[in-house]
Amino acid sequence: MNKENAVWFRRGMKNGMPIALGYFAVSFTLGIAAKQAGLHAVQGALASATTLASAGQFAGFTVIATGATYVEMAVMMLVINARYLLMSCSLSQKLDPDLPFFHRLILSWGITDEIFGVASSIPDKLNPFYNYGMMVLSIPGWTLGTVLGIVVGNILPIHVVNALGVGLYGMFLAIIIPPARKNRVIAGLVAVSMAASFAMAKLPVLSGISSGIRTIILTVVIAGIAAVLFPVSEEDKTHAA
Amino acid sequence: MQHNPYIYIAVMAGVTYLIRVLPLTLIRKEIKNKTIRSFLYYVPYVTLAVMTFPAILDATGSVWSGAAALITGILLAWYGSSLFQVAVISCAVVFVLEWFLC
Repeated sequence: MNKENAVWFRRGMKNGMPIALGYFAVSFTLGIAAKQAGLHAVQGALASATTLASAGQFAGFTVIATGATYVEMAVMMLVINARYLLMSCSLSQKLDPDLPFFHRLILSWGITDEIFGVASSIPDKLNPFYNYGMMVLSIPGWTLGTVLGIVVGNILPIHVVNALGVGLYGMFLAIIIPPARKNRVIAGLVAVSMAASFAMAKLPVLSGISSGIRTIILTVVIAGIAAVLFPVSEEDKTHAA
Repeated sequence: MQHNPYIYIAVMAGVTYLIRVLPLTLIRKEIKNKTIRSFLYYVPYVTLAVMTFPAILDATGSVWSGAAALITGILLAWYGSSLFQVAVISCAVVFVLEWFLC
């Protein structure tokens, strides 16, 4: 690891800490769901370390619990995790075009909501070691929480779980608010996105749509309209960042 | 028919990985189209905003502690706190509030 990579790796680990704590708390419940689906600790650990997706795994464990077909499992994952497709497209533009293939293979494993969000907030090109620093803490946190959830159930007091869970949302705010302060288009987008998300979550009929699908629909529609109305020039980008 | 849990896990992980890996490995060049570039540039802000609200209100024991965390997070981030600080202080606010409320 050269010096610059080491610096990015350490930065990643620093931001990986709150991610890992949040994951650790949230994955206890995931472990309980895994146990109800009949998985033992090793299987739960395997599922968490490889899939690394909260809503996706909850849905997946439900599929296992009901004994549905493998095809149903595949379709369920496609639908519920489709937002990662958008995130991966977005992230592809932050990578150096010459970045070797194996880095892309490892980076892909760690595209979660939180890691993607933090990586997106880097103004220039993304050094993969930044993500690796986050992954090296958050993936074990996620996996360990799942295992403990299966073995002992939720031993953390509810206040601690709630508090650590909110930390993940705090991180999202830390990512979107500073650029919103500097760039009025982003500020407007954040406000519109939150309002639309609230409306879709609360209105009759629309509220029946799962949160995963809601995220995709709103992202495509709102970011799409914004791209047409407010195309970004390269200067804007550096200003916003 | 008895299903094998390891095959379930493999399908779960495999499909999820494909979703993540295909764009990152297939889109290796810089996209030149300005509209698509702008769209991808806006994606994280919209996605994270949509995922944060209203979900943060339901993430805790009461709507009020969630709302307090939301306001604290926005204010701290607005006035330049680091990611780590925003995350940790939001946690602390919820922890303290719930300690007193419940």
